[in-house]
Amino acid sequence: MRLKEIAKKLGLEVKSASAKLDVDVKSGYASDIISDVMANTRAGDIWVTFQTHENMVAVASLNGLAGVIVAKGREPDKDVLKKAEKEGVVILVSKEPAFEVAGRLYALGISGKTRS
Amino acid sequence: MGRRKKFTKIQELVYELKVGDVMKKDVITVSPKTSMSKLREILRAKRISGAPVMNGEKIAGIISIEDLIKHMADRGEDCPIRQKMTRSVKVLYDDEPLTHAIERFEKTGLGRFPVLDRKKRKILGVITKGDIIEGLLKKLEIDYHEEEIHHYRASHIFKDIVADRTTLIFQYDVEGNNLKKAGEGASGIKRTLGRLGVRPEIIRRVAIAAYEAEMNIVIFTDGGKITIKVEPKQILLEATDSGPGIPDVKKAMRPGFSTAPDWVRELGFGAGMGLCNIKNCSDKMKLESEMRKGTHLEIKILLKKRRK
Repeated sequence: MRLKEIAKKLGLEVKSASAKLDVDVKSGYASDIISDVMANTRAGDIWVTFQTHENMVAVASLNGLAGVIVAKGREPDKDVLKKAEKEGVVILVSKEPAFEVAGRLYALGISGKTRS
Repeated sequence: MGRRKKFTKIQELVYELKVGDVMKKDVITVSPKTSMSKLREILRAKRISGAPVMNGEKIAGIISIEDLIKHMADRGEDCPIRQKMTRSVKVLYDDEPLTHAIERFEKTGLGRFPVLDRKKRKILGVITKGDIIEGLLKKLEIDYHEEEIHHYRASHIFKDIVADRTTLIFQYDVEGNNLKKAGEGASGIKRTLGRLGVRPEIIRRVAIAAYEAEMNIVIFTDGGKITIKVEPKQILLEATDSGPGIPDVKKAMRPGFSTAPDWVRELGFGAGMGLCNIKNCSDKMKLESEMRKGTHLEIKILLKKRRK
């Protein structure tokens, strides 16, 4: 499913790199532990997290993630968004908690199972 | 072969590009009340071959230069466009792929379609065959340009250098205690290896190891450096800092063991997985540390296919 459809269906607020919403998302990962995300995400994944600091942009960019969904309406700092814009990392904010976000993604056919 | 590639590229593009991407946005519209003689002036002045006829926000019809010619050939008297326009307007939506539009042009033989927003049914633009050609050419040019940049990579460098042993060395300085900049070294390494034509799977492993090493330097030390040595058959990564050192290297290697301060953990770091991640990414790993002197990490990643 296209990232922009996901954003629409989940009522996500697009915070950065809105030009990069037209990508296909098939799988996702949910974690707040940076090393875990680093080791276990694949290019094109959507990442659900509670983290909002700069480094999540670095991780998302390094692993080529399709986007980051920040749960529970947490607002990333302006500096973080600026960096995300520069690196072309899509940051989306959901009002719902991470559990709900993951559940709704799963219901849309996005699973965590495609990784090896 | 080149021709075939271009052919499939166009096919790909007509699916990728949407009507909304190539349509002309500044639509020149006319009113049903506009006279045919006025239309003639408008078409000539604006160098267009037709226009949607709008009744306020709603499309009432469409009028083209063919309608005008027919009207003039018939020596009809000047009249409002309303009487000469085509009323059953065929439209396209901005989110339709170009291939739909091309099909519609072929099937209907029409010269232009107003483009509407699917939901609001508002007019967004007009599309002609010319716009499609122009849009495709522009996109091809952009893609070609990107490909050229992409092709500028140094992947042939090892073949060009005549030597018994070749090593390319890049060094990255890592600032201690600065989480804002953390990850920049790893990003640089990733980009550089990409340019060197290293396989994505290998780049991924080097990038993860470099990232974790960088984070360790940022979180625990006052700074250090990461050195990458690229050789024809392997990549070596070295991370060096000047203290404080790891009290128990064996313990530090244990998954989940961490001495990271709370503020770092709250940010999702210091989960005790960094060194394990590094180990998992490397074919060989050596970690030496001396208290107050510093830590030296060395890992080797072989470029040949892993036998796993």
